[in-house]
Amino acid sequence: MSEIITANIIVLSLIALAAAVVLYFAAQKFKVENNPLAEKIAALLPQANCGACGKAGCKDFAEACVKADAESFAHLYCPAGGSKVMTAVAKELGFSTPEHEPTVAVLHCNGTCENAPDKVEYVGLQSCRLANRAFVGKTGCPNGCLRLGDCVANCPFGAIEMDKKTGLPKVNPDKCTSCGACVRICPRGLYEIRPRGENGVMLYVACSNRQKGAVARKNCKAACIACMKCAKICPEITVENNLSRIPASVSPQTWGAELAAACPTGAIVYTGNKGKENEQA
Amino acid sequence: MSKLKTFSVGGIHPDKHKITSACPIEDAGIPETVFVPVKQHIGAPAKILVQKGDRVKTGTLIADADGIVSADVHSPVSGEVIKIEEQTGETGYLETMITIKTEGDEWEESIDRTPDLVSDISASPEEIVNIIRSAGIVGMGGAGYPTPVKISVPAGKKIDCIILNGIECEPWLTADDRLMQEKGEQIIIGAKILNKALGIQKAVIAIDENKPQAIETLHQLTRRYVGVNIAVCRTKYPQGAERQLIAAVTGREVPPGCLPVDVGCLVQNVGTVHAIYEAVQKHKPLFERIVTVSGDDLENPGNFRVRIGTPASYLIDKAKPLGTPGKIIFGGPMMGVAATNLAAPVTKTTSGILLLKEDSVNIFEPTACIRCGRCAESCPQGLEPFAIAGFVRRGEYQSAKKIHVLDCMECGCCSYICPAKIPLTDYCKLAKYEIRKKK
Repeated sequence: MSEIITANIIVLSLIALAAAVVLYFAAQKFKVENNPLAEKIAALLPQANCGACGKAGCKDFAEACVKADAESFAHLYCPAGGSKVMTAVAKELGFSTPEHEPTVAVLHCNGTCENAPDKVEYVGLQSCRLANRAFVGKTGCPNGCLRLGDCVANCPFGAIEMDKKTGLPKVNPDKCTSCGACVRICPRGLYEIRPRGENGVMLYVACSNRQKGAVARKNCKAACIACMKCAKICPEITVENNLSRIPASVSPQTWGAELAAACPTGAIVYTGNKGKENEQA
Repeated sequence: MSKLKTFSVGGIHPDKHKITSACPIEDAGIPETVFVPVKQHIGAPAKILVQKGDRVKTGTLIADADGIVSADVHSPVSGEVIKIEEQTGETGYLETMITIKTEGDEWEESIDRTPDLVSDISASPEEIVNIIRSAGIVGMGGAGYPTPVKISVPAGKKIDCIILNGIECEPWLTADDRLMQEKGEQIIIGAKILNKALGIQKAVIAIDENKPQAIETLHQLTRRYVGVNIAVCRTKYPQGAERQLIAAVTGREVPPGCLPVDVGCLVQNVGTVHAIYEAVQKHKPLFERIVTVSGDDLENPGNFRVRIGTPASYLIDKAKPLGTPGKIIFGGPMMGVAATNLAAPVTKTTSGILLLKEDSVNIFEPTACIRCGRCAESCPQGLEPFAIAGFVRRGEYQSAKKIHVLDCMECGCCSYICPAKIPLTDYCKLAKYEIRKKK
């Protein structure tokens, strides 16, 4: 009896030893070189793997940070983590913290249920990308929001919510990391990543219409009709394809109140003037 | 009767509703203004040749094909061009249209307007292809693929079987049915023209068994024409789809990613073949077609001969709706487009306009998938729509591609059959759109 046990122990030990030798050499051959510093930096990142930084994921971004010199490090930025994370990363690597203006996603459409009432019903899969192919949209505006919420479903940070009252998606600026998922998913390209501005005061044209004014007004009361009033007040504003665009360089504090008051359709949104914004929304 | 032909995989049996099958083709008349879109086909939009203020005759070339995959557009009426600008089409999007104000009805002199049948084919094969090209003929079954491209066989390939598609498997529509009943002989001569152009002897007219009148008429006629036969198929949707029809008639299967020409087949809609007859024998370009205007709650549903560019509202007035329709569809109920704009014009591919009552349009809330597998059973392409829908919900479009979502032809069988009322075809469409966008 004891012989069998001894034999078993010896045979199994030999197999274990042989396997250990094979595994040792295999581990040597297929060894993945991991930079401990990169792993440390990856641990600081949000691990959302959202791709907003332009890299394949958080690990890829961490490796890029390790490889970067002082100059190229200034071009790396994690929008999801923001300046807080970047300060920590810079501290770890011994670089100075790059300056970065906080940004937020804004919707260039104000076609609310009230401004642009539904003309037809839509039945089927509730997806903007599909509806955009099938027809012009419930409101009749070929450039406006379809209000089916692909951006809401695809926001990795839960920063966009459907506003039941207006029917439009609403970006929560505190949750938004400007990762750009909404910019990529929106079939009509209504989102833009804009500087958040001082104290969150922003000034932009909430319309993407490219039809002539009279046609656009039939579908939506808040459409930009390219009347040029804003362009006359502020020379930096450009009007192209029946649509006004306010560049981010136009200071909301200086021009905001005047431009918002001058816009005859209310397409210009100035978030500094809270009363005005509520009226539009 | 011997065993009827049909395709083997999938298919459904929706209610037929072919109430206009016995309504003779009526002339819809000429509206005051017509709106002619420059893109009524697959491919590049045609180049506009006229200007505002130009006077045109019926049949005058007003837009020229831009490239090989494109088609000429001819004026459907005589009168004055009053506008060339973007106007809303049936989906609500803007399309470039030529607006012509009608004055009288003066045709181009070259068109033979007599009702006589011309049965001798004098044109040579090359001439036939050129005539078809200059007549602006496109596939009139719905896709609108330019016909001259389809009948120009690529080098190294050979067509040995011409199938005339008289299946019309969509419910409600009867335009092809009526055309076969009334213009059977013209269609057969059209088939002979195609035979001559391709240098082969035979053609088969495929008809669903639910069109006894058309089968009878063509049966009588084909006795006098050698080489043209009739294949009666067992009614099943979507038998009128190209691949399914080839499988039903010849038993050949078109592999994924290949075209019918790869298995030696050419499928042409009977409406297209009739247009070919008119172009080659009567020198008449494609500027009118048969449109079924049907639906529940209509006083005068019927089949109309309509000039291209006639606004849908003009035809709807002809059909006299009794109540307010709840849903208006351009094309058939399975694959057609729900219209958002009634001023949109009839194009070369509009086979019908349906007006359905509000309460006959069922709107369901989708519930959870019960894994019954009926969608996979009904899919004529042998796909698994439930699996595709799962991948699309999770945004895994590449996985959907691996299970061949690109072979989906959007026939709507899966959505129709689903007991949980999940819009499965919509998921497939979204997957196809996303995959093609990422390329």
